[in-house]
Amino acid sequence: MSDLKNKNKKSWTSLFFDPKIRYMNSKNNKNGLVNYILILTTLVSLITTIGIIVILLTDSFHFFKEIQIFDFLTGTNWNPLIEPNKSYGVLPLVAGTMMITVGSAVIAIPVGLGSAIYLTEYSSSRFSKIIKPIMEILAGVPTVVYGYFALTFITPNILKPIFPNIQTFNALSASIAVGIMILPMVISLSEDALNAVPESIRQGAYAMGSTRFEVASRVMVPSALSGIISSFILAISRAIGETMIVAIAAGMRPQLTSSFLKPIQTMTGFIVQISMGDTPVGSLSYYTIFAVGLLLFLMTLSLNIISHLILKKYREVYQ
Amino acid sequence: MSNQNVLEVKNVDFFYDDFQALENISMNIEKNKVTALIGPSGCGKSTFLRTINRMNDLIEGTRLEGNILFDGESIYQENIDVVNLRKRIGMVFQQPNPFPKSIFENVAYGPKIHGITDKIKLEEIVIESLKKAALFDEVKNRLDSSALSLSGGQQQRLCIARALAVKPEVLLMDEPASALDPVATAKIEDLIGELKNEYSIVIVTHSMQQAARVSDMTGFFLMGELVEYDKTDKIFENPSDQRTEDYITGRFG
Amino acid sequence: MISLKKKRMLTDKIFKVIFLIFISLGLVVLAALIYDIVSKGIIMLDWEFFTRFDSRFPAKAGIKAGLFGTIYVIGLMIPITFFVGTATAIYLEEYAPKNKLTDLIKLNIANLAGIPSIIYGMLGLGVFVRYLNMGRSVLAGALTLSLLVLPVVIVSAQEALRSVPNSLRNASYALGANHWHTVYKVVLPSALPSILTGFILAISRAIGETAPLIMMGALTFVMFTPQGIMDSFTVIPIQIFNWTSLPKAEFELVAASGSLLLLILLFILNGLATFIRYRYSRK
Ligand SMILES: Nc1ncnc2c1ncn2[C@@H]1O[C@H](COP(=O)(O)OP(=O)(O)OP(=O)(O)O)[C@@H](O)[C@H]1O
Ligand SMILES: [Mg+2]
Repeated sequence: MSDLKNKNKKSWTSLFFDPKIRYMNSKNNKNGLVNYILILTTLVSLITTIGIIVILLTDSFHFFKEIQIFDFLTGTNWNPLIEPNKSYGVLPLVAGTMMITVGSAVIAIPVGLGSAIYLTEYSSSRFSKIIKPIMEILAGVPTVVYGYFALTFITPNILKPIFPNIQTFNALSASIAVGIMILPMVISLSEDALNAVPESIRQGAYAMGSTRFEVASRVMVPSALSGIISSFILAISRAIGETMIVAIAAGMRPQLTSSFLKPIQTMTGFIVQISMGDTPVGSLSYYTIFAVGLLLFLMTLSLNIISHLILKKYREVYQ
Repeated sequence: MSNQNVLEVKNVDFFYDDFQALENISMNIEKNKVTALIGPSGCGKSTFLRTINRMNDLIEGTRLEGNILFDGESIYQENIDVVNLRKRIGMVFQQPNPFPKSIFENVAYGPKIHGITDKIKLEEIVIESLKKAALFDEVKNRLDSSALSLSGGQQQRLCIARALAVKPEVLLMDEPASALDPVATAKIEDLIGELKNEYSIVIVTHSMQQAARVSDMTGFFLMGELVEYDKTDKIFENPSDQRTEDYITGRFG
Repeated sequence: MISLKKKRMLTDKIFKVIFLIFISLGLVVLAALIYDIVSKGIIMLDWEFFTRFDSRFPAKAGIKAGLFGTIYVIGLMIPITFFVGTATAIYLEEYAPKNKLTDLIKLNIANLAGIPSIIYGMLGLGVFVRYLNMGRSVLAGALTLSLLVLPVVIVSAQEALRSVPNSLRNASYALGANHWHTVYKVVLPSALPSILTGFILAISRAIGETAPLIMMGALTFVMFTPQGIMDSFTVIPIQIFNWTSLPKAEFELVAASGSLLLLILLFILNGLATFIRYRYSRK
């Protein structure tokens, strides 16, 4: 009986603790409490994930009791608030999110990769040292401030002169601001990926008589490709989930349009609109935000997993 | 006399920031000969080798005084084209460093960046280079597989083929066999013997037997200085400096 | 006809210029943003701005409620996050075995870092506000923000711990110290500057977080300061968001004043983080 108990205890500890650490066997072990605390804090992150999934599933369950998933996913009209023609087709919101995502990626990806190449191949390390904290500032600017900047500066001062018929709320200025917001992330992750290529490979390329551009474009970028692509995917996932910039600058009109000069609404923008309003808790309109939230969660989760898989494959190359 | 020397090194001092790694090095390197550089670890052999194709430019805070002439022209003058210099002076590193591309693409890399686009021409160059590097027979059926799938010795010969493919005049080798087993080392040494008909070779080595086996000339470095430079036979049989003798007889280092 | 060699050199130079323009782009935008916020924000920024509550009239609107709300929420969040984040990192780096469970925990943390912040607001609403009955309180807000920044804090603390050389650990064991003493007395102190740098950057992000708190139900128009952790609250960025959505043009200036306050906080915290990093990296 006590044998069994011992055995159980042993397998329990080896599940949570590296067997090489002998502290558990120490005769007068006064640190037992520490072990429990460490495990408990670590479980917080697992519980967080479980909590998110449970909340999203249970609350959107109320929604899907009344609205068919198929109608939700394929409907092209989104009007969950105003009677009498309520309609729950999420595509306009998805399309709005896609516009912002594509628009910001078009800006952030080339600029971010180019900047990372400049930092690793062209600039002095002194310059890179100065750039790093500046990029951290750029990454730290609150998204409400970016949204404000898009609405009151980018649209009237930059875009209006170029596109006279641009509207006050529009997808373009929000895309630009989101692009700027994810730029530091693209730069620093691509830079990490480029720096992870062994120095000997870079030296080999220079010793062949390559120019810096040839070293970067033909050797470094291809060698770091998986890491770079995974950084792009993470940045795209961040753009999909960005909320305040679009809530402030992109407008609140869920519509299927291809014009970046018009107002749109994204999935996140819709969620903010509802939670700012006076929608009664428990109503169908209230549960829509969880259905949209669930969709948002699944989209970003799958991108994160893809990026993780790509990165995992990439690590194997240099081992 | 001077057109026999492919490289003339004149009073070279070299600094990493404040640290002086080379002191007043002068030596002439002869065409179509194998020149070996020996000396204890940290004495500046690699540093010296890397001054010849200006690879040290890539390290911040380095500085060179003195001069090196390649084919009678200074390689440290203002307007020198470093990229072209590195095309004419190839380099093989201590650790094999193939690019993570196919075997074919590795060898074709140099010719491609230097402007050869014709497929047939490229293929010719790749095959010729692989043959010169004595690797062709081992890889001819898998030119498209990844270079990283080769063994260490094969990878090093691939790197040699890659360097040969741009048709350099000089080949710098920094302990090319130090990461290899004896069989692979013997292959590389045989190869060096073949290559010297076409190229001038400067090789850094830790192994005195290797220097004695493959080289015509040998230079002995000690703490950033070139202590003695002479015909290999002379260095190993009858060195004129006491320090050289101590080193080759294994009394220190 | 230019020679191939010239063409290659030219390409190299052209791309150097392009890349330089790219990297300057970020800097130019930052400069424009700072200029815009400072020049507009300074107009309405006076002492009263900090001592007044919000108002329907732009000239009388102040940030007092948001300022105190932010101080309460962030103040409560800091110890929770630091404790849980550092402890998790210590567990993962110093205690965890190499097994499937550990891999799962690490993968999970990486994924949490990529979940949109507004989803954390839904979590906070569902778990803290409704299920645990905390209401839309400072406590619920602080816990929500803690969960949001934890993955980032954990990962940067892990990196800090990983960069402590093993020779230090071995030296401690060689003196007969047990595992926890080694971690607590040797590893943690030498990783602390890096841990702090990452932590301060995470806090600086948290101060600007808006979406999760709105989602969780923080108020927008508040005429009081919280007196305890169970009181309701608003924060600076929510007030800014509210002002940007108001029609009166003068609110644009009030929003700029609020943004200026956030930027100043950002500069102070990032400056502190940078200072710590350079101070200790020289050694
Ligand atoms: N990048 C660098 N920065 C500063 N000092 C350096 C650098 N590279 C080399 N050194 C120093 O210059 C000296 C010569 O180094 P070098 O690599 O040329 O020696 P070596 O003869 O090739 O040694 P080994 O046989 O071990 O390869 C050493 O003292 C070394 O510490
Ligand atoms: Mg060396």
